[in-house]
Amino acid sequence: MTLVDVDKPLKKRGATGAEKLSSRTSIISMAFLFVMATYFLVPVYWLVISSTKGPSTLYGSQGFWFSHFQFFSNLSGLFGYSNGIFVRWILNTVLYAGVGATVATFIASMAGYALSKYNFAGKEAVFSVILGGVLVPGTALALPLYLLMSKVHLTDTYWSVLIPAFVSPFGVFLSRVYAGASIPDELIDAGRIDGASEFKIFRTIGLKIMSPALVTIFLFQFVAIWNNFFLPLVMLSNQNLYPVTLGLYSWDNQYGQAPQLIAYVVIGALISVIPLIIAFLSLQRFWQTGLTSGSVKA
Amino acid sequence: MTTLDLPERQGESVGAGKGSVKRAKSRRGGSQGSRVAPILFLTPFMILFAIFFLLPIGYAIYQSLFHTEVSGLGLGPNSTVTKFVGLSNFSSVLSDHSFFSGLGRVVLFGIVQVPTMLLLATVLALLLDSASTRLKRFFRLSFFLPYGVPGVIAAILWSFLYLPGLSPIVSVLKSVGFGNVNFLGIHSVLWSIANIITWEYTGYNMLIIYAGLQAIPQSLFEAARIDGASELMVALRIKLPLIFSSIVLTAVFSIIGTLQLFSEPQVLRAVTTNISSSFTPNLLAYTKAFVENDPNMAAAVAVILALGTFILSFGFLKIVQRRAFSEVEL
Repeated sequence: MTLVDVDKPLKKRGATGAEKLSSRTSIISMAFLFVMATYFLVPVYWLVISSTKGPSTLYGSQGFWFSHFQFFSNLSGLFGYSNGIFVRWILNTVLYAGVGATVATFIASMAGYALSKYNFAGKEAVFSVILGGVLVPGTALALPLYLLMSKVHLTDTYWSVLIPAFVSPFGVFLSRVYAGASIPDELIDAGRIDGASEFKIFRTIGLKIMSPALVTIFLFQFVAIWNNFFLPLVMLSNQNLYPVTLGLYSWDNQYGQAPQLIAYVVIGALISVIPLIIAFLSLQRFWQTGLTSGSVKA
Repeated sequence: MTTLDLPERQGESVGAGKGSVKRAKSRRGGSQGSRVAPILFLTPFMILFAIFFLLPIGYAIYQSLFHTEVSGLGLGPNSTVTKFVGLSNFSSVLSDHSFFSGLGRVVLFGIVQVPTMLLLATVLALLLDSASTRLKRFFRLSFFLPYGVPGVIAAILWSFLYLPGLSPIVSVLKSVGFGNVNFLGIHSVLWSIANIITWEYTGYNMLIIYAGLQAIPQSLFEAARIDGASELMVALRIKLPLIFSSIVLTAVFSIIGTLQLFSEPQVLRAVTTNISSSFTPNLLAYTKAFVENDPNMAAAVAVILALGTFILSFGFLKIVQRRAFSEVEL
């Protein structure tokens, strides 16, 4: 009782002191947060505004406000240009990133599960080699990969961009950590006693329990593929195989000759980014799962 | 951290009551019928890993030891001669002025940009963590939003924002009295690229650090607050040491990213002539391979770059780890 009584006024005094101080600092920190939010949002805002303008008003008008609204004619121009190649680029991207990330997630989770739940000779050595793969820069691999692919005549095909995306060393790392922490050995043993095959146990128990980690691995790999510019740039010369990033890049290098392209680059950038941003923000929870488990090991 | 710890504890509690008999049994069960299974589970990944990671590395090293010479007019199947030249490709890369100016540029970039970005990310994470505002979610989303924009598209977007005549920023700065600010000048363009990278990745790094902060038990701060510590003290003395490992992680990934710098300068080349074809080591490798048609030299650049990246990120990790552990002992 006495302890509480002594404590209470002390706490209050401390709180009012801190409040006074924090009201000033909180104004400053709020102002700082708003300034930073502006910095991060202004380019996107400009993109939205500019997508409503044509090539001439892009240059001639105040950049931060509307002028001669022509969003829909830009949109139909974008989808119609060069026999609707933009749609094809979007579909290619979905193929590369969607299929690539799905396969990568499955393969990596299987490997991570094996490294976590079984004991065999050379296990740690295998894991260290895979972990080393996380640190190897992707662009350093792309050049020799191009030379190798050209030997087997696979450059300038869907495969040349798709198959390398199946490998995710980070995914193996993450699924090993997660499987080790979340799948009880007893459950696996129970499955064995019931006579289930090892693969069935993995499929029905392992994958189910690891599902939060799987979403995270999928997301990371999806973004990694979507963002990868160097590999498709090196591998592809046929426009019909381009992902949307490479396509917009090629337009960006041509608008000197074809001025209407600049409006298509702007609106194309906006259209290609919107679904990604929505997916991103709504799946934020999974990002944090992956990020925290990554930092545990480091 | 919490997400990982929780299932582990659940797993333990399942078998906790039964004692060591069951554990011994389960261990025997674990090695039973599972000789082949792990190999089969690992095989798909290992095959792909060997083809798309190990083989290219090996092939790059192999290629870098040869030199291909074009004889005569360069026509016909026998017009090129490939011969073993040992390490001479490496010595010519290492004595190449353009390689070193590119490397120096990237190192300078890393020394300035990486700490700036990580400081910003840490401050934002700490502010968001201690803020009691309802706007927290809005801030977090708006900081993270640029990471949803692919690097090339971010670079195209900013290239418009740097381009005089198109950029509202240039015109606003002019009307405020800064004159004609040139974001694409021979000296300024490097920092304009730094801005693009900072814009894209600060939110991502902030989220990593913020996630680390969320994993710290609240009781730790409560005690300090009762003792009269200010928010600033709590942030500097308690939070910062505890999120150190998260910051190290972001630093390693940033270093790897910086040494690989390619898309942003490549995209900006469309709007400025101040970015040479050897602006960064990676751009040099690309030029060697696809403009000068010299895959051997390109391989040598790639090998040096990969090795340098590996040593630098690994070394950084080791140095920081040692320091972190000595701090814990104190």
